[in-house]
Amino acid sequence: MRRFGKRAAVVIGAASFLLSTAACGSGGGDGTSGEVAVDGSSTVYPMSNTAAELLAEENSNIEVSVGFSGTGGGFKAFCEEGRTDISNASRPIKDEEAAACADTGTDYTELLVATDALTVVVHPDLDVQCITVDQLKRIFGPDDSATNWSDLDPSFPDVKITGFIPGTDSGTYDYMNADVVASEQEILREDFESSEDDNVLVQGVAGTQGAVGFFGYSYYEENADSLKALEIDSGAGCVAPSAETAQSGDYTPLARPLFIYVSDAAYADNTAVKEYVDFYIENLAEIATIAQFIPLNDSDYAATKSAVEALG
Amino acid sequence: MNITATTAANVTASTLATGKRKDRNTSSLIFMGALWFSMFFGVAVLAALILDTALSGAGRFDSQLLFDYESTVRKEETGFRAGILGTIWLMLATALLAIPVGIATAVHLEEFADRTAWYSKVIEVNLQNLAAVPSIIYGMLAAAIMGLLGFTYKGIVLGGAIALGLLILPVIIIATREALRAVPQDIRQGSLALGATTWQTTWRQTLPSAIPGIATGTILGLSRAVGEAAPLLMLGVATVRFDPTSVLDKVTALPLQIYSLASAPQEALQEAASAAIILLLALIIGMNAVAIFIRNKFQRSW
Repeated sequence: MRRFGKRAAVVIGAASFLLSTAACGSGGGDGTSGEVAVDGSSTVYPMSNTAAELLAEENSNIEVSVGFSGTGGGFKAFCEEGRTDISNASRPIKDEEAAACADTGTDYTELLVATDALTVVVHPDLDVQCITVDQLKRIFGPDDSATNWSDLDPSFPDVKITGFIPGTDSGTYDYMNADVVASEQEILREDFESSEDDNVLVQGVAGTQGAVGFFGYSYYEENADSLKALEIDSGAGCVAPSAETAQSGDYTPLARPLFIYVSDAAYADNTAVKEYVDFYIENLAEIATIAQFIPLNDSDYAATKSAVEALG
Repeated sequence: MNITATTAANVTASTLATGKRKDRNTSSLIFMGALWFSMFFGVAVLAALILDTALSGAGRFDSQLLFDYESTVRKEETGFRAGILGTIWLMLATALLAIPVGIATAVHLEEFADRTAWYSKVIEVNLQNLAAVPSIIYGMLAAAIMGLLGFTYKGIVLGGAIALGLLILPVIIIATREALRAVPQDIRQGSLALGATTWQTTWRQTLPSAIPGIATGTILGLSRAVGEAAPLLMLGVATVRFDPTSVLDKVTALPLQIYSLASAPQEALQEAASAAIILLLALIIGMNAVAIFIRNKFQRSW
């Protein structure tokens, strides 16, 4: 008999769980409410997540979910599956992704939200301060790859180059590959170790003599005591990565733009999406600072603001 | 020659018979040493890992870790409320989905199915294979099912429960079959001899006797599901800062939140992730402890 009692309890528990799930299906509230689905780049994730957090402090009826499945995965969800309202991207949309969006009739607006100084770091003991863009290509590119620092410049120390680079799925890899190295082979060199987790890259470079790597500025900023950032010479002298040089455009070609792509239809039809995007852009500088990215300069910010106003 | 051979044979025989330490020769001592080393190495590595994680998360075992949402504004106070609640919801929904189906399948295969039929053999082989399929595959399967059901946004409680439910279904079926098999034939035959039908025998005699084994296997399956991140990632599960109130609500899970925070640049977030790893470990050890308790408490011998 005791056993039957227990079994009945389990059945009742299960039934009440089902009932409660059925009863609580719809939530209500005053003010704007609704759902916003964001997915995409894990680099931009802290920005969009911070925006969601700050918005929740003002209006908790807007339920924002922010995914981190990568720039490419985000565009797939955004264009092909249509399951997100906003897609985070650490590089501009590719032609084939734009074509997929056109196929499903997803019109979108690209909004520049922040700048990231892609930082080339080396082991702190390495006696190299500044490299040219051509040397950068020989470090990370697949053509004529340098194996020793002295290959690049006789004045550089005679130390073997070991590399740690982001995984091929990341927008960070794509940016270095397509916008900086731009080799005909369309890949970076393959004898470097790669990881999707930038903290692994930090540890690799900090722990290996002669090691080199690259990742977003915030990872360098957090580990500045165990890494050394290289200055980049793109023809106008050596420029160190910093908020000022990235904002002014002097830190080139490694200052990369971070975007959000907003679905025009979602912005027009879903007041929650509109409120989230408006709030995001209104507080862009604060959000970028909290998420440890570099806020836009005045002219870029004005361009982003007018793009939002054009939305509706 | 003859004498030495006999002595050697006697020594071997006596070693085998008594197993006394002083009788052991060098090679068996080396083998013992290797066994001890293997065991010690495995345990030591595990202990070192857990200790390292616990130490790096030591500063964050506070109430905010349990009750606050993820925060980048106040990184030192970031919490796992969404992940913990999400994991609880996912676990309950997974259990509701997988346990009845799993037990029913096992009962059918063990008590009713014709074992010589070709389809029974196919199912038999495939069950063993399914238990070894990588978890991410179940995520893709669940995404496809959710698509067929007409959901565009798949990172909801139902989607996660389908993925995790499919993942642990083979585990539950195999465990239940083992438990049913352990029930002696005498009980079934006795029941049938007294005029009960096969259904009555199964429902009133076999199944109740097998419950401890079924419960143990089911809890072990669920504790595997709790630690899974890959299938949920396939569903596009995203960070949320609201509590789920229905199976159709968007949800996140503890392993996913750990995954996203552990790769953040800020040390405060990594620290929180370490603390959450210990939390997840405690949860899983707790569930396994319940399984062991049930097994020891209700185990019967016939």
